[in-house]
Amino acid sequence: MLSRVANSLFWMSRYIERAENTARIVDTNLQLLLDFRNLDDSTLAEHWMPIVESTGDEEAFLAKYSRATGHAVTEFLVFDTENPNSIVRSVAEARENARMVRDQITVELWEELNRLYLWLRDAEARQLWEHSPTEFFANIKNSSLLLLGLIYATFVHDEGWQFMQAGKFIERADKITRIIDVRHATFPAKGAPANISQRDVLDWSAVLRSCSAWDAYKSAYGADVRPEWAVELLLFNEEFPRSVRFCIEKFDDALRAISGVRDRRFSNEAEKLSGRLLAELEYGSIDEVLAFGVHAYMDFLQGRFNDIGAELLNAYIFQPFVSLEEEILVQQEMQQQ
Amino acid sequence: MFLLHPSSDLAKGRGVLGGYETTQGFFDEMVAAGDQTRPHFSKFRDLLSELAARDFDQRRLAVDLAFLRQGITFNVYGDAKGTERIFPFDLIPRIIPAKEWEHIEAGLTQRITALNLFLHDIYHDQKILKDGVIPPFYVLSGKHFRREFAGFHVPKDIYIHICGSDLIRDADGNYLVLEDNGRCPSGVSYVLENRRAMKRTFPGMFEGIGVRPVEHYPQELLKMLQYIAPQGIADPTVVLLTPGAYNSAYFEHTYLARQMGIDIVEGRDLLVRDARVFMRTTKGLKPVHVIYRRLDDDFLDPTVFRRDSQLGVPGLINAYRSGNVSLANSLGTGIADDKVIYHFVPKMIKYYLDQEPILPNVPTYLASEDADRQYIVENLDKLVVKAANESGGYGMLMGPRASQKERDEFRAAILADPRNYIAQPMISLSTHPTRQDDGTFEGRHIDLRPFVLYGEKITIVPGGLTRVALRKGSLVVNSSQGGGSKDTWVLYGDE
Repeated sequence: MLSRVANSLFWMSRYIERAENTARIVDTNLQLLLDFRNLDDSTLAEHWMPIVESTGDEEAFLAKYSRATGHAVTEFLVFDTENPNSIVRSVAEARENARMVRDQITVELWEELNRLYLWLRDAEARQLWEHSPTEFFANIKNSSLLLLGLIYATFVHDEGWQFMQAGKFIERADKITRIIDVRHATFPAKGAPANISQRDVLDWSAVLRSCSAWDAYKSAYGADVRPEWAVELLLFNEEFPRSVRFCIEKFDDALRAISGVRDRRFSNEAEKLSGRLLAELEYGSIDEVLAFGVHAYMDFLQGRFNDIGAELLNAYIFQPFVSLEEEILVQQEMQQQ
Repeated sequence: MFLLHPSSDLAKGRGVLGGYETTQGFFDEMVAAGDQTRPHFSKFRDLLSELAARDFDQRRLAVDLAFLRQGITFNVYGDAKGTERIFPFDLIPRIIPAKEWEHIEAGLTQRITALNLFLHDIYHDQKILKDGVIPPFYVLSGKHFRREFAGFHVPKDIYIHICGSDLIRDADGNYLVLEDNGRCPSGVSYVLENRRAMKRTFPGMFEGIGVRPVEHYPQELLKMLQYIAPQGIADPTVVLLTPGAYNSAYFEHTYLARQMGIDIVEGRDLLVRDARVFMRTTKGLKPVHVIYRRLDDDFLDPTVFRRDSQLGVPGLINAYRSGNVSLANSLGTGIADDKVIYHFVPKMIKYYLDQEPILPNVPTYLASEDADRQYIVENLDKLVVKAANESGGYGMLMGPRASQKERDEFRAAILADPRNYIAQPMISLSTHPTRQDDGTFEGRHIDLRPFVLYGEKITIVPGGLTRVALRKGSLVVNSSQGGGSKDTWVLYGDE
């Protein structure tokens, strides 16, 4: 498969996942506000600012909006075309990558992605967002799930498909750590929270809902919402498809399917780093995370994801590229010999 | 729901196409003199008249929506927002009876044969120049004449593998060749997609009327590309080289690559080592043997042609010269697209084949010839002036419709660089019933671009792209200038 095609499939899949996760975060936090009373500016900022921070774009946000109100934050995260991680931009990027490989993807996938893109650019989408945000976000989530289903059910599960798997799971793992990080203030720098307020319970319920983890949490831990248990579920659960461990396991599977190298062996840096991280998640525990500090641990994981992503590109995508100018010189030398 | 326009045919109590009237002075494709429906059109017209206008409009909206959803669009150059538009599609097909198609097919076959003999000749012995049939100056001064390829042997001696000549019909209904497109003609994906859309929209009609299929074009194209592979390669790797996703014909490139089951590559995906071409894959470098390039000569290789080309592949031409990779179309075919050279095609046919041209040219005046130039500058208000090496409706003056200022600008340009201009009389393109925004049907001007493949044999898929000028009275059918398209039906019979 062409390296450029692999790259586009990887990013198309990542951007679809990114759009969905952003929709999840904004949606649950909008709903959460309905439970609070007497909201002044500073309470609102306390609620919304961590969400902007979790995307890593707070500088860009503050340069543009003076106050972190629900309206400003959703505008920034959903429709702002200057924010490279907004939903509109993510969908546009996904579509752009899909366009580069139109011949490689199925008609069904292209048409749905194109439909989502055209709909988001239409005035109708904005109207729906204003009248019923929940329905608006449900639309995006449903479309993303439909896209995932189409990728699963209409594609040949070949090398290109594995690149899409890899993109989806590394993005999802990264977004889970960012969603956890939104409410890291519940925890002290190290250790478990001393006492848990009603507000904390609501916040962490929202975190679980963002990850569609509410039911999984209930069946594993019961009705009592404790932040450290929520973190445990989202990091280490073996079977829940939105836990970091689950995602990295699937990501690692995809890498091995691409290279054909068996478990516990590696043929490139990406596989080595991914195998090592997977062991960390398989044998780690929530107590260790608390001792290390929740926020610090999320930072550590995100650093790992970045390294793995970069090594993956090195192994399959950027390796043989040189600059055009250099290549022209190479050719001229070869032709003179 | 949409409301019926008061002047629509249904509101007037007539079926679809019921109130159609022809325009004086033009050949109409559906209606002959005396308001008689032409025999090859009558079955379709009868079937359509049973359809309510409301039903027709609903089907039309469904087709437009499907095109937009599928992204069957072209990119508009110079539009910063990156707007993509659908190529407007008119549901009334152009219908060609078997006899007429036989004539067109014979004419196109004759023409591509002569053009290939001409290209081989001017890059080798130049007999046609030495014998004085074409003044050498016109060939040697051609912007797209590649003198560095003189004596170079192209695979199987074929230069133009894919040709998209534009045909029009004059006031008497005669088919004439308006121009030859022997570089990278585009539009064939619309031929295939338009047919799919029509089959979805009028599923019952095809069998009853007897329309010849076009769906095998991609297989024929692939067969031709495999045929021209370098010698000794049993199972050649064929790729389609595209300028990239921002090119206006990008949809077509991906469409064709997908239909043929070959890789679509950009310049940066290819690499030349030891005069061999490879593509970069996740498993390393893989050899490439045939390139269907949708990139003009100038951009192919920055070490040979335009150094600023970011789209090309350094070393590609060296690999081509070494015979390790084949290109379709071959290098240097642009000279045959030169509108001055076009003027000489009937003479080529006579010279190489000793035949009379089956499809005549449109009369053409060359600004380089003193008498012609005199005539052109004195009659600018009656003529269509074209730059010799432009396409897509650019670099053109429609004399009778132009302002005095535009005519003055062209006059100056012609006098400054006569080699670069030709002029033709205004041809009254044939008209064809076409739906208007208000729901009525009026005659609009059309042309036809059939696609000719030259491989082991010459293959022409029955039909082609019929383009229609949607604006009333307009004679410009290019998509960039407000043109649309129609499905083209070639019938098994004559009725």
